[in-house]
Amino acid sequence: MTTHFFGDTAVLTGRSLRHITRSLDTIITTTLMPLAFLLLFVYVFGGAINSGSHSYVSYLLPGILLITIASGISYTGFRLFLDMKSGIFERFQSMPIARSSVLWAHVLTSLVANLISLMVVVLVALLIGFRSGAGVLAWLAVAGILMVFTLALTWIAVIAGLSAKSADGAGAFAYPILFLPFISSAFVPTKTMPGPVRAFAEHQPVTSIVNTIRDLFTQQPVGADIWIALAWCVGILIVAYIFAMTIYRRRIS
Amino acid sequence: MTTQPVQAIHAQGLEKSYKMLEVLRGVDFDVARGSIFALLGSNGAGKTTVVNILSTLLKADAGTASVNGFDVATQAADVRESISLTGQFAAVDEILSGRENLVLIARLRHLKDPGPIADDLLDRFSLTDAAARKVSTYSGGMRRRLDIAMSLIGNPQVIFLDEPTNGLDPQGRIEVWQAVKELAEHGTTVLLTTQYLEEAEQLADRIAILHGGRIIVNGTLHELKQLLPPAKVEYVEKQPTLEDVFLAIVGDDGKDGDAGNERSVGTTSKKQR
Repeated sequence: MTTHFFGDTAVLTGRSLRHITRSLDTIITTTLMPLAFLLLFVYVFGGAINSGSHSYVSYLLPGILLITIASGISYTGFRLFLDMKSGIFERFQSMPIARSSVLWAHVLTSLVANLISLMVVVLVALLIGFRSGAGVLAWLAVAGILMVFTLALTWIAVIAGLSAKSADGAGAFAYPILFLPFISSAFVPTKTMPGPVRAFAEHQPVTSIVNTIRDLFTQQPVGADIWIALAWCVGILIVAYIFAMTIYRRRIS
Repeated sequence: MTTQPVQAIHAQGLEKSYKMLEVLRGVDFDVARGSIFALLGSNGAGKTTVVNILSTLLKADAGTASVNGFDVATQAADVRESISLTGQFAAVDEILSGRENLVLIARLRHLKDPGPIADDLLDRFSLTDAAARKVSTYSGGMRRRLDIAMSLIGNPQVIFLDEPTNGLDPQGRIEVWQAVKELAEHGTTVLLTTQYLEEAEQLADRIAILHGGRIIVNGTLHELKQLLPPAKVEYVEKQPTLEDVFLAIVGDDGKDGDAGNERSVGTTSKKQR
């Protein structure tokens, strides 16, 4: 059964990647909101925010990157939902293929799609003044963390796509995730927030991830934040994966 | 494949409930190899449930079923090697072209030369001109033809067609019928579900009527027609059509509803028999 897992996953990933390259509007819509936030905060609110020594674009970018991913995965849920709905899912399930490859294809596609969106956002940030002296290793570390974060959120998207009753529901789960960066160190330093909010902000996953990426960009030592960030991402990834697989098995049997 | 079982499909005592709704209450039937078998029933009679159980998408609550000699519950992978399912809604990828759809399925069936296989099927189903077009631009009939073409890849021995002409115009219907007839001529076993009586009459070697969760009649068209008492001659003798047979056996079927209505008419089935 699993002998064809990699081949089948590759074929199915090729299929859903074509969906993305043929409807580039989904990439544009996923990057539109993060870019709007980026411009809004840099050119409208940014002047009033004291973020410390760096330029505000550089301060803001890590959070914007996370928002980009949160906005990108809502399409992952949506695409999976459409497959479930259209009958092509059942066709695949009635064929002699490795059954989990159907899910993995969506997950890999989500990774690629988010990577493209992230690059678009970074390019725009560079245009409006984002600069980093980070070396290749630091950039690779940033890419790695963003990938693990994307994977974790993608499996949450898979849960939503598998269990949603409507197309709107398949995408709406992303909204709470989208707002997590606002109550974190992404836009303003947490020390400006009132006690309970600050406590929440400092102990939720986004802050540690944002701090790590920010430190990597500004060539600061990352400290313990990187381990907390990775622990959050891997933890969410494992829990979401187990949930998604349980739901998936129930759906296909 | 040295010793092939005589029956391509064997179902015995299949039961399935969704929460409180008993959809199947003991379904038995056999389909001979190389024949076309029509499962006839109103909306919500459970036709799709039967097909989904036989194509390993759904587990039955009780009963056994085998396809091509393999048990659907314990040898699901072997069953999937033997079958192909054309579901109620054309399961085609709208964003890919017709040819890409066929190549996709050929790859997933692990066939050597997906390209020539795709071109051959495009030709057979008169889709060559539209091969490079996105499927979202296809008409309903073309979509269904592509759907069935996709099901033929890898020459599965048993093909399930769940309401293959649902929503098609008469022209599209005739095209699909033609395709199904050709399949059976090539020795493929076809189980098709339909609510169009004419379709069963046109295509099937045997017809079974699923009603109230059971197969209440199973026979050839000729046998089914015998079930009605000879037409009373008034002025013109009129042979009962299959539609007459169906409605007579099923009873009052004025309300043609969804799954929810099915129970209300279900109780009459036993008496009628």
